[in-house]
Amino acid sequence: MKYEAVIGLEVHVQIKTRSKMFTRVAAGYGHPANTLADPVVLALPGVLPVMNKAALDAIIKAGLLLGCDIAPVCKWDRKNYFYPDSPKNYQISQYDQPICLNGSVEIELPGSARNIQGEHKSIALTRIHLEEDVGKLNHEAFDSLVDYNRAGTPLMEIVSEPVIKSADEAYAYLTSLRATMIYGGISDCDMEKGQLRCDANISIRPVGETKLGTKVELKNLNSIAFVRDGISHEIKRQIAVVENGGTIVQETRDYDGQAGTSQSLRTKEMAHDYRYFPDPDLMPVKVDEAWKARIQAECPELPFAKQTRFQAEYALPYTLTSVLVWDKALADYFEKAVALAGADKAQAVGNWIVNDLQRELGAAKIGLADSKVRPAHIAELVKLIDAGTLLSNAAKEVFIDMAATGESAAAIVARKDLAAAPTDTVELEGWCRDAIAANAKSVAEFKAGKESAINGLKGPIMKASKGKANPKLVDETLRRLLAEV
Amino acid sequence: MSSEIFNKSIAELAALLEAKAITSVELTRAVIARTQAVEEKVKAFNSYDPADALAQAAASDARRADGQARGPLDGIPIGIKDVIAVTGQPLTASSKMLANFVSPYDATVTQKLRQAGAVIWGRLNLDEFAMGSSTENSAFHTTRNPYDLERVPGGSSGGSAAALAAGEAIATLGSDTGGSIRQPAALCNVVGLKPTYGLVSRFGLIAFASSLDQIGPFTRTVEDAAIALQAIAGHDERDSTSFKVEIPDYRAALKTKKGPWRLGIPKEYFGEGLDPEVAAAVQKAVDYYRSLGCEIKPVSLPHTEYGVGVYYIIATAECSSNLARYDGIRYGHRSTEAKDVVDLYFKSRAEGFGPEVKRRIILGTYVLSSGYYDAYYLRAQKVRTLIRQDFLNAYKEVDAIITPTTPTPAFKRGAKADPLAMYLCDVYTIGVNLAGLPGISIPCGFSSGGLPIGMQLIGQPFQEADLLAIAHAYDSKHDWSRKTPNL
Repeated sequence: MKYEAVIGLEVHVQIKTRSKMFTRVAAGYGHPANTLADPVVLALPGVLPVMNKAALDAIIKAGLLLGCDIAPVCKWDRKNYFYPDSPKNYQISQYDQPICLNGSVEIELPGSARNIQGEHKSIALTRIHLEEDVGKLNHEAFDSLVDYNRAGTPLMEIVSEPVIKSADEAYAYLTSLRATMIYGGISDCDMEKGQLRCDANISIRPVGETKLGTKVELKNLNSIAFVRDGISHEIKRQIAVVENGGTIVQETRDYDGQAGTSQSLRTKEMAHDYRYFPDPDLMPVKVDEAWKARIQAECPELPFAKQTRFQAEYALPYTLTSVLVWDKALADYFEKAVALAGADKAQAVGNWIVNDLQRELGAAKIGLADSKVRPAHIAELVKLIDAGTLLSNAAKEVFIDMAATGESAAAIVARKDLAAAPTDTVELEGWCRDAIAANAKSVAEFKAGKESAINGLKGPIMKASKGKANPKLVDETLRRLLAEV
Repeated sequence: MSSEIFNKSIAELAALLEAKAITSVELTRAVIARTQAVEEKVKAFNSYDPADALAQAAASDARRADGQARGPLDGIPIGIKDVIAVTGQPLTASSKMLANFVSPYDATVTQKLRQAGAVIWGRLNLDEFAMGSSTENSAFHTTRNPYDLERVPGGSSGGSAAALAAGEAIATLGSDTGGSIRQPAALCNVVGLKPTYGLVSRFGLIAFASSLDQIGPFTRTVEDAAIALQAIAGHDERDSTSFKVEIPDYRAALKTKKGPWRLGIPKEYFGEGLDPEVAAAVQKAVDYYRSLGCEIKPVSLPHTEYGVGVYYIIATAECSSNLARYDGIRYGHRSTEAKDVVDLYFKSRAEGFGPEVKRRIILGTYVLSSGYYDAYYLRAQKVRTLIRQDFLNAYKEVDAIITPTTPTPAFKRGAKADPLAMYLCDVYTIGVNLAGLPGISIPCGFSSGGLPIGMQLIGQPFQEADLLAIAHAYDSKHDWSRKTPNL
């Protein structure tokens, strides 16, 4: 029997705000334990929460970017459960009136080859709501220590409909969602810092069946690759269970990405009753049209829209757009360089950025922001090449120098004397005649029809010109003179 | 008023301080001496700190000497219920759970009292986590009624009422969730004001039931209540449920608002279970208002009978969640017997909480449970809306409502061992909390046995100026509150 998977993802994204969700103390990562804490974070007797409006702005932005309906009124609920990382032993969250409903994430499935655009698909969202993050437990030999620095950080939960069909789709979904959040300045989505976390609800059913199978929740998917691997592993596990005559139990499983295995954490019978009820300490939030309009004005163009525009506006090939658009800084860098170089040189600019710049950044292990090569450098370089002043071999050398020194292309060309030899000069013709005269064997072979024999003549010419002769001109001149021989 | 300095009103003492007839240090010393003399009998305090109080008093005197006095509360010792945070002082909620907890921060009301120059004085006993009507639920000791030491002072703010009645403070703060200010005020012959929900910040008040809790003053006169409310009222950005409303000059309103008023008498508050002596005392007060030219109108609050039931669903639901933070992990009582984290929760909470607190946490957990939420909590919220609507309908015809504060005068210690009997002590006060209205209890007589009787005036939302003016019209012309207990 053939099976299909049905997957829904619950993604938690930390919102990048200066202060925490319900108090003024700073939010942050990597600080000494329990230094980002105050009486509210520690849930001392008598404290009260006060909503951080910047977090609301951010989630409204996320909702608008993902085409959600923004609820005119949302409210806060308490999710009650005991755990030492939760200082109040309840989490302030949004239960039945979340701020964002519906919406979707556009994804691109892998194409048939790396240079071919894949199929696009829209993954429907159920909701996005806002809540507060919990602290962290550090288990020592005999004790467990709690660090409340993370506790109270604004956290969005983005819930998809159960419409994802494969591990690849889940991977594409997360990639797109992550880029959207980064584009919007909503979160840095660094999974190593826990800024983006993913749980997957997975079930299988025979192809053609419309009823959903029993779902298993997979937790601890710590990287986008682990999400793909974990889902893939779980689908295989479920099919194996069913094919061996077993039944799937509703449970939560923990995925170990290193080992590629999962084990049961708890079954449905052990599930919490969270006893949700409206938080009496907080008032419902009204989001009016003016508020939405203000946020809408801050919404950036998203990667897929940018890709379509780059293809139309600059005639860029997929191989370039598929790299450029996923990094907003890189895309902005590209557009700045194009603005300086001219739209007709967009592809050349794109090639330099995607190939050479990326390679140099990787080699130096630095980010784009730290690169000495700025958009103006690239624009100038491309213009020099276009004008014939700089030949491609020399240009590569100029670029490497530029990445190291930050000097302009023109300055490097001058310093290293890399300008192409003046074209159609007597000098070039002289070198060619000398080469023909000195290499009778090659001339004879060429005349006899051996095309490659011409290369035997080019070597001495380049040597004579100290490498500055324009290879295209050398080729043309040689052929013209050889025809006369 | 009484000749002893510790029995005088804020208004009287403010005048004496202003005239430099006394100093705050002298006044504070007198209050400390009185406390030390009678506290063994009354047991109103969980703790007090004479050195700290005298330092504040000295600072007040220095301000006054500099011409920097801050108004009528400057230099006045004010006792604080032990659920309101005071920096560097214990904050116990009269619970073993917090027996050793010291607050690192000030509640907003504490800060406001400091800004007004008050001397923050002592931590006053209560029913554990403000759950009770007799102060017998304190984990530490039972506070006595100064008018009869064998009787309770009421609760949960029993310490706040008893300390004031006994001359151990000039005014006190309490908190009122279902009557916890008004009921003990009535039983101890003092004025107790529960402001409109949202008028006074709850930041720094240990939460019992967040949607019902409100801080308010105990004072000797209605005029003093106006002075104290002036200091603590107002929007606080640290409390999202505090309202942005204009705060009028309450003390000035006592003189400018002269009536006559239309006063409503709800028949539901004068039925079965009401002690005849209490009924008679309230009736005499009503007659007095009529003699002032007030129009006395019968009104109906038809959903009154559901008040206690609704209250014990909403209040317990909220408390089950509010008290979850007392888990032995970060502060408070931690069991030394626990084997793992779940065991730590069970044992710390089993050892740290008393029986009434446990009863309410269990009840509240139950009503919020999956499958019961709609039948209990959601329905209770709907009935709560109806109860509020009852009051708002009545206010179309009257300016305020008069009721007894309690069905009976103070009862004997141990007399209400059945929790349900204890819950019914608040039958006349609970509706005000559910409706979020302001209510004030003022002395209106004594029983034949010499026990104080209080009447309750219920006002319209955020119309404390009117409510106080109406109460003042009676209080300023009667001398019930001038009587002091024999201790």
